[in-house]
Amino acid sequence: MIHFDNVTKVYANQNRAALDHVSVDVDKGEFVFLVGPSGSGKSTFLRLILKEERPNSGAIHVAGKDLARLSNFKVPHLRRRIGCVFQDFRLLPNKNVYENVAFALEVIGKPRRFIRKVVPEVIELVGLEGKAHRMPDELSGGEQQRVAMARAFVNRPMILLADEPTGNIDPATSIGIMKVLDRINRTGTTVVMATHDAAIVDSMRKRVVELEDGKIVRDQSRGVYGQAY
Amino acid sequence: MRANFIFSEVWIGLRRNLTMTIAVVITVAVGMAMLGVGLMINAQVGMMKGYWDDQVEVSVYLCSKGTAIESCKGKEITKAQMDSLQQLIKSTPGVDEVFFENQAAAYENFKKSFSANKALASVTKVEDMPQSFRVKVSDPDNYQSVIQAIQGKPGVSQVIDQAQLIGPFFQLLDKLSFTALAVAVILVMAAALLIGNTVRLSAFNRRRETGIMRLVGASNLYIQLPFVMEGMIAGLIGGVFAAIILIVTKVFLFEDLGRYLGDATAQLGWNDVAQSITFTMIIGVLICVLASFVTLRRYLRV
Repeated sequence: MIHFDNVTKVYANQNRAALDHVSVDVDKGEFVFLVGPSGSGKSTFLRLILKEERPNSGAIHVAGKDLARLSNFKVPHLRRRIGCVFQDFRLLPNKNVYENVAFALEVIGKPRRFIRKVVPEVIELVGLEGKAHRMPDELSGGEQQRVAMARAFVNRPMILLADEPTGNIDPATSIGIMKVLDRINRTGTTVVMATHDAAIVDSMRKRVVELEDGKIVRDQSRGVYGQAY
Repeated sequence: MRANFIFSEVWIGLRRNLTMTIAVVITVAVGMAMLGVGLMINAQVGMMKGYWDDQVEVSVYLCSKGTAIESCKGKEITKAQMDSLQQLIKSTPGVDEVFFENQAAAYENFKKSFSANKALASVTKVEDMPQSFRVKVSDPDNYQSVIQAIQGKPGVSQVIDQAQLIGPFFQLLDKLSFTALAVAVILVMAAALLIGNTVRLSAFNRRRETGIMRLVGASNLYIQLPFVMEGMIAGLIGGVFAAIILIVTKVFLFEDLGRYLGDATAQLGWNDVAQSITFTMIIGVLICVLASFVTLRRYLRV
């Protein structure tokens, strides 16, 4: 599903590589934690998958597509198959829960009938039934993140990328978020989650890829956050 | 769904940037009106030139009794001189027709043109009027050779090229139309910059939305269209105002101009106005769309 082959990314005006000859494979339906200190290259890894950045060398395949050969014109179609969740939720403050989720479908031109059918379903999937007409500022952080996950998942992407989704959320609420991510993963969606949250990684017992200074220092199935723990 | 969504986005964008939108509309309106007026003056000048080219003649005034003109030496033209002069004019290359205007006809014309000035008309007598040959020239731009052939012949007091009398007026109109077009160009540039700024503000205001749209895989067209439409609608509204200004100018300026300086054939028709309006509208909208597009390339990463 995601295939990195000897990928190196150096940002302009920086001499240190953000990613340094990284090779990794993520299969369909896998749940992968991406761990490592700040600046270790986790976000770069996710941005490369979305083709928001281009690697300096190496090949990236996502959902069977060679990103280097994917024309700019087709990048939006790639992104429709990838859902994204961020630490800062990125909801539209002037739209309610339903509208925020529906927005993701409206802007890719889905018919209204389809939107009316799937949006309530996905709102229920993330556990926000009955709150469809709340505004984002009426929701707790955990609930806002659920809205963001609903939006990321509403188009049934093949891959869900989560960049520290629990970074702004207290540990108790985080468990609920992880349950939703797990539920999404069980539908067959590949999940890649970058995180600092050791407790979550340890409790989930999923594959762990650890980055340090742009290099993969550990790739463990059913791993924990750090070997020291 | 698509159209609905885009129009609501456009509406929000225009409302948020209301002052900028108004500035764009005003600039486009004035700029396009200037462009249109310039074009209309050009068309009007063309029509009036055509009209006057048909009307304008070379007047060959003949010596009358007691004239003070030096070339006559105080003598009236003789019948023989008049006949030979008429033959000469007729045989001059480039001459179309020659009419003779006697004193009575000249007096009638004089009374007609000075009907408002009763005092002058009443003291002027038929005998004060000069006799003249009215010469029609086939090529209106080439009076000079005809004039040179006639000038200084015996019995000729004065040769007046009427085209020279209205020449300065056409030059003035040409200058006016040039000025209007120059102002239009400057305003169009100002409009383009203003639209650029408006779009930049819009892009900044909506960076959250566009960021999410990008993320969920909205196509570039879908992301950019609301911005371009914003520019287009502002341009269109400006164009409508420009059209109103042009119609008003036609009614209050060009119709008067045509009335004073020609007959119905020299009137700028509604056809010409419609043409100018269409042209300015297209230019206005095109400029707006182009300016939006160029700015989007810079400020909206896709």
